[in-house]
Amino acid sequence: MTAPGQSAHRHATDRPLNVIVATDCGSTTTKAILIENIVDEYRQTYRGEAPTTVEAPFEDVTKGVLNAVAEIEELSGRKILDGERIITPNRAAQGEPNVGVDVYISTSSAGGGLQMMVTGVVQNMTGESAQRAALGAGAIVIDVLASNDGRLPHEKIERIRTMRPDMILMSGGTDGGAITHVVEMAEYIAAAEPRPRFGSTYTLPLIYAGNKEAREQIGKILGKKTALVITDNIRPVLERENLAPARQKIHDLFLEHVMAQAPGYKKLIEMAGAPIMPTPAAVGLIMETIAKRQHLNLIGVDIGGATTDVFSVFDGVFNRTVSANLGLSYSISNVLAEAGLANIMRWVPFSIDEQTLRNRIKNKMIRPTTIPQTLDELQVEQAIAREALRLALIHHKSLATGLKGVQQERTISDIFEQQTSGRTLIDMLKLDLIVGSGGILSHAPRRVQSMMMMIDAYEPLGFTRLSVDSIFMMPHLGVLSTVNEKAATDVFVRDCMIYLGACIAPIGQGKDGERCADYAIAFDDGRPEERGTLRFGDLRVFPLTQDQTARVTMQPAKTVDLGEGPGHAVSRDVQGGVVGLLLDGRGRPLQLPTNHAARLTALNRWYKSVDLYPQPSDR
Amino acid sequence: MVRRKRLLPLPGTVLVNVGEEVRADSPVARAELPGKVQAVNVANLLGIAPDEIREYLIKREGEPVQKDEVIAENKPLIKWFKTEVRSPIQGTIESVSTVTGQVLLREPPRLLELLAYIDGTVVEVHPSQGVTVETACSLVQGIFGIGGETWGNIAIAVKSPEETLTPEHLTPDLKGKVVVGGALCPIETMNKAKDVGVAALVVGGIHDKDLRALLGYDLGVAITGTEKVGFTLILTEGFGTIPMAAKTFKLLSAHAGRKASVSGATQIRAGVIRPEIIIPRPDHTTSSPSREGKDEGEHAREGIKVGDLVRIIRDPLFGKIGEVSRLPPDLQKIPTESLVRVLEVRFPDGSTAVIPRANIEVIEGV
Repeated sequence: MTAPGQSAHRHATDRPLNVIVATDCGSTTTKAILIENIVDEYRQTYRGEAPTTVEAPFEDVTKGVLNAVAEIEELSGRKILDGERIITPNRAAQGEPNVGVDVYISTSSAGGGLQMMVTGVVQNMTGESAQRAALGAGAIVIDVLASNDGRLPHEKIERIRTMRPDMILMSGGTDGGAITHVVEMAEYIAAAEPRPRFGSTYTLPLIYAGNKEAREQIGKILGKKTALVITDNIRPVLERENLAPARQKIHDLFLEHVMAQAPGYKKLIEMAGAPIMPTPAAVGLIMETIAKRQHLNLIGVDIGGATTDVFSVFDGVFNRTVSANLGLSYSISNVLAEAGLANIMRWVPFSIDEQTLRNRIKNKMIRPTTIPQTLDELQVEQAIAREALRLALIHHKSLATGLKGVQQERTISDIFEQQTSGRTLIDMLKLDLIVGSGGILSHAPRRVQSMMMMIDAYEPLGFTRLSVDSIFMMPHLGVLSTVNEKAATDVFVRDCMIYLGACIAPIGQGKDGERCADYAIAFDDGRPEERGTLRFGDLRVFPLTQDQTARVTMQPAKTVDLGEGPGHAVSRDVQGGVVGLLLDGRGRPLQLPTNHAARLTALNRWYKSVDLYPQPSDR
Repeated sequence: MVRRKRLLPLPGTVLVNVGEEVRADSPVARAELPGKVQAVNVANLLGIAPDEIREYLIKREGEPVQKDEVIAENKPLIKWFKTEVRSPIQGTIESVSTVTGQVLLREPPRLLELLAYIDGTVVEVHPSQGVTVETACSLVQGIFGIGGETWGNIAIAVKSPEETLTPEHLTPDLKGKVVVGGALCPIETMNKAKDVGVAALVVGGIHDKDLRALLGYDLGVAITGTEKVGFTLILTEGFGTIPMAAKTFKLLSAHAGRKASVSGATQIRAGVIRPEIIIPRPDHTTSSPSREGKDEGEHAREGIKVGDLVRIIRDPLFGKIGEVSRLPPDLQKIPTESLVRVLEVRFPDGSTAVIPRANIEVIEGV
């Protein structure tokens, strides 16, 4: 991936990179990491953080960057700063190995990230393609307008006028097709005279990626009213999407227009040895790289304070969605509004009255940087996280689909399966790996908590491996991979990715205590084989470290499926992790007892069986 | 001394000059908001091709039209078959498209007048955009609010910051006033506030369920300021029954009867805005502002010191106020098993508690 300014930054890749400092400017915190080449291997060595400084009284993002880097300086003893400048390159050649770094790189989601509005002609065809292009580029899509979206013309115009996006992406029509509807949308945009969120003096960037026959008309209508950029059609023919050129333009304009408006970014761009990427784009890049290198079907999630980003790669197809108002601090109240109190409460292993819980959630919303101090507060926050993760995956499934509107050739068996075009690409049975990132997952006091949050929210089926970003450094590694792939890969493998273990979850339901499946686990470390019966309602964990494998044979009950059909035995090798091998006999779909007392009993039994939280005797 | 930038949402005319004294309700700038747009598909209505539309138009781009005035018509051989297209609004013809066959009509512009919001002096003019108004004042920053800018004289309705503001406290003479309550404001009191017509309510806390009842929906993200509930509401502490900080209550009580400008606008994400109560001094010129509130950015910069007065902003000791008695430098394990930076707070009764640094805010002096 390249972005504007790449040529200006090219010098950074022309010399050996042995010491790298990377920052991620988040909406509240700027996180910095130091990466060093130690005996031919790159390792993440020190970490610092400081409040992001895009707000008054500083209004200069580089102040937060310098503060975070100064913390690394203190911890590492390396001199990195010369006043307000990062010393590059490293002065090892001059006999001062502990002075300077070879490159400084950064990602950013400060200022609320990149907020876009997209338009198409048919909502679930070009409208959806435009949405995928914008989401894949790391944007938050604040609205999708289409000719057939059911809104009246004046309602569309009013919407464009009031939303104040950072950028608009226009698509619509296949190349050579009718131009009327896409021109109509351009007329609405022109009538709305859209104004950007930041800066009253600059013109709103607009990318046109629709029917190429309409370019001249679009130029006439929008050329003077917007900073118009024309690129290839994102859906040149009905059967094919061509999202890369539009995504590239979004990156270019983000840097040139949007980010340049944020306070201090011009300085930051000059400081950095590579183009600054929007944080979600960088995380998407690293997730895509993992999946493609290891030929995996993967779901990745980055749960933040304001948004939850979900990434997936299934059969090589990458998708990303952002749930703009599902997060654990600024947007925590919206999780309550969307999920409902009952859905949050079903994960809380104690009784709490509604008023207290609602007030606590609102208090977190208005003071987003506070942290849970007591165990019950942590349990409530992890319950909310489960719901945010669950809702964001539902959102992702609805957008990560095959192309809609395409007539597919069908065989007789397809017809019997009643598959239609545009079905979701997310197949939980084919899923190999779930990767979690973001504060609540990366910083959970016990790693098993991260694993259970993801299992409860995603309900993986059959055999699935889970992992977590150790200290939330995927954004840094995403941007680093554009500069030095080896460094990004080394650090990713050694320091970033923590494998939690494997989850085996039979599909089916039964009464508590009924036989779900018989299991036999043969360990490769010489331990005696484990054999037994997994019963419905059981949750069992077996120690199995990251470098250990085990051969697991499951013989499910007649109505229970593990991917080979009901009652069919399955045998597979599984790899472990810091938690181990988890057999989840709670049934799929997961159904928690509806009776309050029974649910509390079940939750406490499950949580105890995997040692999820400290018990009273531990405290 | 507090400065507030007053900027129009789009270019307009500034009505005042540098050095001019303004009142909260003085207009300082004016702009014309473009009118709403209506689209009429003339080609469809006349049954003609879009590229023929100009031949059938009676009105041209830029021309004014009245509501129901004919803007296009066909010319059939038999008059009986004549079709006329009439304007759905009064306004002007904005544009005509020969591709879509649409005519866009724009309603007349709406006049937008920007008020000074605070009593003070104009210290800077931003040409075509607005002004900066300065005033010497006392400033109270809240933590969350709803409703827009308003002003009125301060009235203290309760005897202590621990008291609940009940409907009985809101007497008819509080109409148009900025009413200060105590630890809680139930929904019944908010309903009474609407009836009485108070300008604003300033209280320690409310219950989330009452906020939902007031708004009619569950607030998902804290971006507020445009709600129309009949008054502006400011919470100084948070959600729940939380006594207003004694210093805040004392400061507001000391200014009872004085005029205050109030804004409930809150934005916690992407550009922090907290609600505020500005009480200009009568001559607007005295320096050294009084201040009470929670400006996290500033104390984050200065760092916390032993002896600082802090408020705990998260359970289990939410709302308690004490003094920093120790600042251990190393990370410590808290009951959740997280390793975090902590500090020790000593409360007025001599007891102490260890609190994560993230869960306190420094109270700035009056």
